[in-house]
Amino acid sequence: MKKKWIALTLFSITAILLAGCDNPLLILDPKGPQARTLSSTILFSIAMMAGILLVVYVLYTVVLVKYRASKLDDDYEPPHEEGNKWLEIIWTAIPVVIVIILSVVTVSTTSTVEQKSVAYADEKPLVIYASSSNWKWHFSYPEEGIETVNYVNFPADRPIEFRLYSFGPITSFWIPQLAGQKYAMSDMVNTIHMSADVPGSFIGKNSNFSGEGFAKMEFEAQSLSDADYKEWVNDVKTTAPKLTEDEFDDLLEAEHVGRKTYSSNHLEFKPAPEGEDSGHNHGGTTSTDDQHEEHMDMDMDMDMDMDHDAH
Amino acid sequence: MKWDEFFVTGEPMIYAAMVSIVVVSLAIPIALTYFKKWNWLWTNWLTTVDHKKIGVMYILAALLMLFRGGVDALLMRAQTAVPDNGLLDGQHYNEIFTTHGVIMILFMAMPFIIGLMNVVIPLQIGARDVAFPRLNAVSFWLFFSGAMLFNISFVIGGSPDAGWSAYFPLASLEFSPTVGNNYYAIALQIAGIGTLLTGINFLVTILKMRAPGMTLMKMPMFTWSVLITNVIIVFAFPVLTVALALMTLDRQFGTQFFAMQSGGMDMLWANLFWVWGHPEVYIVVLPAFGIYSEIISAFARKNLYGYKSMVVSMVAISLLSFVVWAHHFYTMGHGVMVNSVFSITTMAIAIPTGVKIFNWLFTLRKGKISFTTPMLYSLAFIPIFTIGGVTGVMLAMASADYQYHNTMFLVAHFHYVLIPGTVFAVIAGFHFWFPKVFGFRLNEKLGKWAFWFITVSFNVTFFPLFILGLNGMTRRMYTYSESTGYGALNMVSMVGALGLTVGFIILVYNIYYSVRYSPRDTNGDPWDARSLEWSTHSPVPEYNFALIPTVDRLDAHWFSKKEGKPLATGKYEPIHMPNNSGVPIIMGAAFFFWGFFMVFSWWIPAIVFGVVILGTLAYRTFEKDHGHYISVEEIERTEKALRGEQHEN
Repeated sequence: MKKKWIALTLFSITAILLAGCDNPLLILDPKGPQARTLSSTILFSIAMMAGILLVVYVLYTVVLVKYRASKLDDDYEPPHEEGNKWLEIIWTAIPVVIVIILSVVTVSTTSTVEQKSVAYADEKPLVIYASSSNWKWHFSYPEEGIETVNYVNFPADRPIEFRLYSFGPITSFWIPQLAGQKYAMSDMVNTIHMSADVPGSFIGKNSNFSGEGFAKMEFEAQSLSDADYKEWVNDVKTTAPKLTEDEFDDLLEAEHVGRKTYSSNHLEFKPAPEGEDSGHNHGGTTSTDDQHEEHMDMDMDMDMDMDHDAH
Repeated sequence: MKWDEFFVTGEPMIYAAMVSIVVVSLAIPIALTYFKKWNWLWTNWLTTVDHKKIGVMYILAALLMLFRGGVDALLMRAQTAVPDNGLLDGQHYNEIFTTHGVIMILFMAMPFIIGLMNVVIPLQIGARDVAFPRLNAVSFWLFFSGAMLFNISFVIGGSPDAGWSAYFPLASLEFSPTVGNNYYAIALQIAGIGTLLTGINFLVTILKMRAPGMTLMKMPMFTWSVLITNVIIVFAFPVLTVALALMTLDRQFGTQFFAMQSGGMDMLWANLFWVWGHPEVYIVVLPAFGIYSEIISAFARKNLYGYKSMVVSMVAISLLSFVVWAHHFYTMGHGVMVNSVFSITTMAIAIPTGVKIFNWLFTLRKGKISFTTPMLYSLAFIPIFTIGGVTGVMLAMASADYQYHNTMFLVAHFHYVLIPGTVFAVIAGFHFWFPKVFGFRLNEKLGKWAFWFITVSFNVTFFPLFILGLNGMTRRMYTYSESTGYGALNMVSMVGALGLTVGFIILVYNIYYSVRYSPRDTNGDPWDARSLEWSTHSPVPEYNFALIPTVDRLDAHWFSKKEGKPLATGKYEPIHMPNNSGVPIIMGAAFFFWGFFMVFSWWIPAIVFGVVILGTLAYRTFEKDHGHYISVEEIERTEKALRGEQHEN
C-alpha cells in the first residue's frame, strides 16, 4: 500500500530529525538533570512504540499484499473464523507486559523529576517564586530580597526550587531544556525542581493559553556561575529601585512590560497563596467570613477592576 | 449591552460572514417559495419522526459544520504558516481555535456519528423505528438550535475565546467579559440535552427492539459499539450539564464556583470538564470502531475475527474511559501518586485497543479484500490510528507529559486519533450506507481521488506538528518569531491543509456528481454485505421491513443469501407507525430564542420563551396521538413498486 510507505517515510524523516546533529529539538536537548531524565524517558518510549508500530505495519503489509481479491482465485471463499483463544491471549498479554514496563518507568521517573536531583542531595535549594499576571512573569527571591520581571537569573550547578502561582488565569511555567512544566494557579502554590549543569541562557515560557497576549509570554532563564550570580545580586541590591505596593499594582495591571529589576520583592506585602494564605482555606474563621461578605458585595456590582489577589 | 457592541465590527472577514449569512438566509426562503417547496419541506423533513430522515438531517448539518470548522482550521494554519504573520490578530485567532474545537467535536463529529446511528441502527437490528421517534426529533432539533446559536456568536456579540476546554478563571466574567462564553455555556447546554436524550433513546431501542432471535451476542458490531457509546453518553453528559449550569451561574448570576474569589476552585471546572470530556472522546471513537468492523468484514468477505474479544474490549474501554480524566492535567501539581495511578489507567486503554487492531488484521487475513472507497478509509485507519495510539501511550506517561503538555505534540496526537479514528470512519460509513438511504452508490473514482488527497494531506498537515511539539512549540499561539525556527514545518502543515481542502471539495462534488450520474442500484445490497440493513430495499420504505426478519446467528443476512433461505416469511399485516409532528421543531426554535436571550441576559424575553418551551412539553402531555397504520394494500403496493424497479434494470 502506498499509504504505509508514506507513513514509513515520515517516520524515517522524524528519526533523522531526532538524530539531527546541528539543530537538536529543544526537549531532546536537555541541560539539566530533570530535563535529561525526561528526554531519556521520551526516547525510550519512542523506541518501544517504534517496535509496536513495526509489528503492526509488517502484519498489515503482509495481509494486504497476500489477500487482495485481485491476487486470489475467483472461486476462493474466505473461511469462517471465530477467533483463536491462544492468539488473542498473546496479543493481550504482550501489551500488558509493555504497559507494566512503561508504568514502572513512568512512576520512577515521575518521582525522580518531582524532587531535587540526587546529584545535589545535600545542597539547600535556592527558592524563587515565579508568579504570572496578564502576560508577564514576576520572579521573587525571598532569600536575596530582590525581584525581577520577565527574566530570571540563578546559579548553575545548584538545585533551584521554583514556587509557582498566578494572579489570574492558569498559566504553565516551562523551561523546556531544564525541566518539565507545571501550572501556576491563583489559589495554590506548585513547586518545580530544576538545575542547570552549566552557565547558559534558556527559553522560558507560559505554555498554557491565558488570553490575548499569551503568544508573547516568554522570558529568559539564565544560569550563571556562582561568582557571576553573587555579583549580579549585589548589583541589583545596590542599584535597582525598591518595589512599592503601588508600583506592583500598576505592574499587575499592565499587559506586557519589558524586563524589570527591583531591590525588594512583592512577597512582603502580597504573600503567595500558600499556608494560611492559600485559596483553599475558606470557611471557618471569622476573618475569612468577613472577606466573603466583602467580595459578595463587589461581585454583585460586577466590578471589573476587582483586586486580583483579594483572597 | 450597547447596540454598537451587539454586532461584531471592524473585521473584513466578519463582514463577509455577515453578508453570506444574510444571503443564505434570504436565498433559502426565496428558493423554497419559487419552487413551491415549503409544504414538501415541512411535511417530509421538518416534522418527520422517521429515523432515516432524521439521520440524513444530522449528517447534512454535520457536513455544514465540517465546512465551518474547516474554514476555522484553514485560517489557523494560514495565520501560523509564516512567522510574525498579521492575517489575524490575537483575539480573532483565539476565537477561531475555540470555535474550531467546539464545532468539530460537538457539532461535527458527534452529529455525524449520531446521524449514522439514526440511519443504520434500527435497520441493523430489524426494527421499524427507534423506541421514541418523537423524542428523536426533539434530540435533533435541540442539537440543531444549539449549533446555530453557537454559530451566530461569530457575528452577534462575539465568539467564545477561552479555548474549547474553557478553563477557569480565564473563562470567568473577569477575564472574558464578552458574551462569547455565555454562548459556549448555553449553546452546549441545549445541544447536550439533545445528546442525552439520544443516549436514552438508543439505549432503549437496542435493548428492547431487536428482531426476534437477535440476542446481544448476535448483534452486529456497529450496534454493539453504539450500545456501549450510549451508555457512556448517559453517564457522561449529565456531568457536562451540571458543569455548564455552574458556569452560567458564575458568569451571569454572580456565584463563585470556579472564579478566583471567595474560595472558588478553577481546578473544579477542569475536573468536571474532563470527567465529561474524556468519555466524550470514546463517544466519538467507539462507534467508529463499530463502523470499521462492519466495513472490514464486508469487504474482506469474512466474518469478524474475535467477535467476543471485540465486545469485551469495547466494554473495557468504556469503563476505563471514566477513570483517566486527570491525564489532561498531570501538570496541575497533584502528587506523584495521583499522576502514577492515572498514567497506569490511561496506558491500560492501549490493551483493549490493541486487541481490536489485531482482530481487524486477522479479519483481513485469509480474506478476499476488495479496495472500495469505504474499505480504503478503513484500511488507512489502521496504520494512521496506530500512530495516534502509540503517541497516546507516550503522552500517558506523566513524567514525559510534563514536556508534551500544551505543545503541538499533543495537538498532533489528538488529530491522529480523531481524524483517522472518527472522521475517516464517518466518511467510510457515509460511502458505505449512502446507497441504503438513496438507492445509488457514490462514484468510486471520485471517491478514491478524495481518499488519496485526504489521507496523504492529513499526514502532511499533522505529522510536522509532532516535531514542532518536540521542539517546544506550544499550542494556541497566534504567532511566533522567526528565531524559533518553527516557520518551515508550519508551512509544510499549511500545504497539507490545502490538500485536505481539495480532498473535501472532491468529496462534496462527488455527492452532486453521483446524484446526477450514478446508476441506480438494482437490489438493496450493492456491496454484497452481511448485516440486516442490507436485507431490505434501497431506498428503504418508511416501515423499513415489510416483514420483521428472524435472526438465528450473527451475519444472518449473509447466511440467508448463501443458503437461499429468506429471513422473513409470512403474510403482511398492517404496520403501526408514529405520526409526524411539528412540536419538536417549534420546541427547538423556542430553545434557540430562549438561549439567545439568556446569552445577553435579557431576562423578560428569555422567560417568555422558557414558558413556550414548557408549553410544548405540556402540549405533548395532553396530546392524544396514537400514530397510524399502514394498510396491507399499501404495503403490497410499495413492495411491488420497489421490486418492479428492480426488474426494469
